[in-house]
Amino acid sequence: MEGSRLVISLSPHIRDKDTTQKIMFTVVLALIPVWAAATYFFGFNSIRLVLLSSITAVAAEAVIMVIRRQPVTAVLDGSALVTGMLLGLSLPPSLPSWMAVLGAVVAIVVGKQVFGGLGSNPFNPALVGRAFLVASFSKAMTTWTAPFTDTVTAATPLINQNAVSYSELFFGTTAGSLGETSALAILLGGIFLFYRGVLDYRIPVGFLGSAAVLMFLFGEDPIFHLLSGSLLLGAVFMATDMVTTPITPKGRWIFGIGCGVILVLIRLWGSLPEGLTYSILLMNAATPLINRWTRPRIFGQGVKTHE
Amino acid sequence: MNNALIGVLFMGGLGALLAVGLVFASKKFAIKVEPMIEEIETALPGINCGACGFAGCRSLAEAIAEGKAPSNACPVGGNAVAEKIAEILGEDQASAPSRKVAQVLCKGGNVEAAARADYDGPGDCRIANITQGGDKDCIYGCLGLATCVEACPFDAMAMNENGLPIVFEDKCTGCGKCVEACPRDIIVLVGEEYGVHIRCRSLSLGKDVRKVCNVGCIACRRCEKECPVGAISIIDNLARIDYDKCIVCGKCAAVCPVKTIEIQEGKSVIKPKKVG
Amino acid sequence: MKTINFRGGVHPEYSKYITADLPVKVLPPPEIAIIPMVQHVGEAAEPLVKKGDQVKVGQIIGKICNTVCASVHSPVSGTVKAVEPRPTVNGHALLSVVIENDGLDAVIDMNPHPDPIQLSAAEIQKKIESAGIVGLGGAGFPAIVKINSAKDHKIDYLIINGSECEPYLTADHRVMAEYTSEVILGAKLLAKASGAEKIIIAVEENKPECIAKLTEAAGSSAIEVVKVVTKYPAGSEKQLIKAVCNREVPSNGLPYQVGVLVHNVGTAWAVAQACQKGRPLIERVVTVSGDIIKEPGNFLVRLGTPFKTVIQAAGGFTAEPAKVLAGGPMMGLAQYNLDVPVVKTVTGILAFSQKEVKQYDPMPCIKCGRCVEVCPAHLMPVRIELFAINGMWDEARDYGAMDCIECGCCTYICPSKRGLFHWIKLAKSKIAKV
Repeated sequence: MEGSRLVISLSPHIRDKDTTQKIMFTVVLALIPVWAAATYFFGFNSIRLVLLSSITAVAAEAVIMVIRRQPVTAVLDGSALVTGMLLGLSLPPSLPSWMAVLGAVVAIVVGKQVFGGLGSNPFNPALVGRAFLVASFSKAMTTWTAPFTDTVTAATPLINQNAVSYSELFFGTTAGSLGETSALAILLGGIFLFYRGVLDYRIPVGFLGSAAVLMFLFGEDPIFHLLSGSLLLGAVFMATDMVTTPITPKGRWIFGIGCGVILVLIRLWGSLPEGLTYSILLMNAATPLINRWTRPRIFGQGVKTHE
Repeated sequence: MNNALIGVLFMGGLGALLAVGLVFASKKFAIKVEPMIEEIETALPGINCGACGFAGCRSLAEAIAEGKAPSNACPVGGNAVAEKIAEILGEDQASAPSRKVAQVLCKGGNVEAAARADYDGPGDCRIANITQGGDKDCIYGCLGLATCVEACPFDAMAMNENGLPIVFEDKCTGCGKCVEACPRDIIVLVGEEYGVHIRCRSLSLGKDVRKVCNVGCIACRRCEKECPVGAISIIDNLARIDYDKCIVCGKCAAVCPVKTIEIQEGKSVIKPKKVG
Repeated sequence: MKTINFRGGVHPEYSKYITADLPVKVLPPPEIAIIPMVQHVGEAAEPLVKKGDQVKVGQIIGKICNTVCASVHSPVSGTVKAVEPRPTVNGHALLSVVIENDGLDAVIDMNPHPDPIQLSAAEIQKKIESAGIVGLGGAGFPAIVKINSAKDHKIDYLIINGSECEPYLTADHRVMAEYTSEVILGAKLLAKASGAEKIIIAVEENKPECIAKLTEAAGSSAIEVVKVVTKYPAGSEKQLIKAVCNREVPSNGLPYQVGVLVHNVGTAWAVAQACQKGRPLIERVVTVSGDIIKEPGNFLVRLGTPFKTVIQAAGGFTAEPAKVLAGGPMMGLAQYNLDVPVVKTVTGILAFSQKEVKQYDPMPCIKCGRCVEVCPAHLMPVRIELFAINGMWDEARDYGAMDCIECGCCTYICPSKRGLFHWIKLAKSKIAKV
């Protein structure tokens, strides 16, 4: 045929319809119920903090893209938005706005772009931002308000363990960070992610399972611990961040169980009430090693012949 | 005695003891290194490009110190480095072999050479080459995806708008990374004084070359006949220059009907060598 | 026999419904037949004819000249116009015999045999060799070489591969449905020729009609028809052996090392043709499909027919094609020249518009691990790709680049649309050179 040329490429010539962008926006969708619950319980603070954090994250990434001389449209892949939303949802409702903005900038710049951008960061960016905020502004980051009010209270479930019922923990009528209180909303989001094939069940099951078992073995109430603090939010949304977790099925089990073990250690014997941030960050550090240790046996290697 | 004095004496004494121990250890467990190797290594450029054939500047320094490599082994360092190393070795200065630069032997860019397909895939010439034999009608020509440019550690190459790589000869060190990167062996290393090149690698018959490129060598033999020193021979439908004989007179370029032979500006005629 | 689900694999949109129920149409021999001397794995055959020679249908025109080689026969009768390099489906110009059809379709004496099962193993092997039969599933491995290399080994199972797993392709499906008795006969002949103890015909579950017909035709004989999971690449030899007999062929090894031999249903059909009718391999069933083919279908095409002729027979294009493939969309070869001839390894001709074969800009890898999950060879494609991009060929080999079966599952599933397989293929070519 004259004129137009045919396209040549190596196989395969068809591709699956899912894209990285779709995956990121699926996570954003899954976070909507969590944000909705947070807004229901904590009102304007939830909108303020999550919006600020999200917009700052995307803006920070755009600025870095310009500095790196990369196309700015890269921010449209949605990964900065996910980081911003997750960071925002992990903050206490009474946090000053400027701290949320700063945390988002650190999360994107230090937690992600400095390592080379999407896919290159070893640590979960939202958790890097959160760890920075906890280390720098520990008072503000450990001051919570009870739901439906603006009064500051120190009585979060983990600190004041006897005062809460399971149903309060499950539905979210307790004090705590924006996104962590409503187990129901988080589970809804998690089921949606699993149904869409974005969530590998191994990490949350390994994480929650090992935490529950260990808590039970140490004489604590496993259900209480599963439902309190940011464990559920972290196990479903943060420990499952694809970039910073192992790529092999076995590795994902190890990752989840490792997170659970470290979380239990910190909660029971550490000086902090909450162990989630560090348990995940520490396991993120172990991910490259886990990937190397759990290399699958190549088909046909190590087998005997019938000769 | 007061506590401060005890503290000072104790810590000071401990420090002195440790210092003596460290000095002793640094002398007893020192690795004996030929000081010459360190000096030579310092004199080398330190880029570890491997152009000398050794596994990095340290390996070359060791080899030179042991006499396994000549003092002018580093093509990147050129004369300057060769002189310094000869001085370290206490040798008479051996002149560095003439610097070689990369020459791209293809002129068939987007304008001159037709494409037979639209290539979709990673922007790497080697992958394009194994995809149905490439998207270019000429199976010997440059694929234009800049794998050679990426491979150059000295920023001595760039792609022009016509889809062909150009060499910045002032930066080129003759390391050979681009030669290795090109899947079609289009790039060769030639002494920098040679300014006439037959920029084609096609082994196809002349009539077939015309179908796919308007500047490809058609093996008409005019250059072979015109060359005063017999430096050109036609083998497998392609004219080739034997650079050892070439005197850069440019007469072949003048008679080439398809303008395949190019004369580089600024390079002058070499005195003809004595004929046997 | 219960089959297992092998690890890995993907479920692309199969689109087989377009041609699965369309009976095979016989295409007339082409006006000009272009027959390359290499249509198989191995060395090129040596041409036995020159310009001006007269040839008949079935006449041998290329002889075996090496251990891994297959003979080539003329699919038409006529005059040899030229013996010269011509473009072929792999993009390179290869030595081909070009024959101008005289329209007579004169056939050589074929020496049919009324009851080929009575032939001895050696006689069957001779017929397979002289018919130039190669694997018709697309790989093109010379059948006689496969049988000979296994001769000192005990073969427990002969698996006849009816697991056509590529989307769009239904050639094997029609061979099983319409040439059922030849497939059964071919299976028995292959079993005798290779000394196999048991015959199994493995068909994917998405072809219930074929399973029923084959089971009926097998009748009381010892041939067992088994169902295999519908998944790409169930038809890949090593994966099929794992699914059917739960045996794993060693890396860099061949199936006979685990006591198994695999032949495609089309190959079995060709063996039956060769032994019963004395007909060498000069034609094959080809599926023509895709979103811009006017009348998709399955055609019995003489080898040497140019692609454009076959496409014309299927009604031509309904729109400007973006890609034309020889084979299926997962492993097929994209063509830039429609004058290339149909050869023994062409299982289908697919034509797609731009919409179906969208070109993507790759994004950074997000370590989602899907490629690791779907790889049927249990490799880590993302790591091998990284090594290849950085020129680390030794590490690429260490991570199993040479074990890659080139199925394309990793690249298909990657959400960042990275060219995983493309870099792995580069790594393979670099490692092979060393």
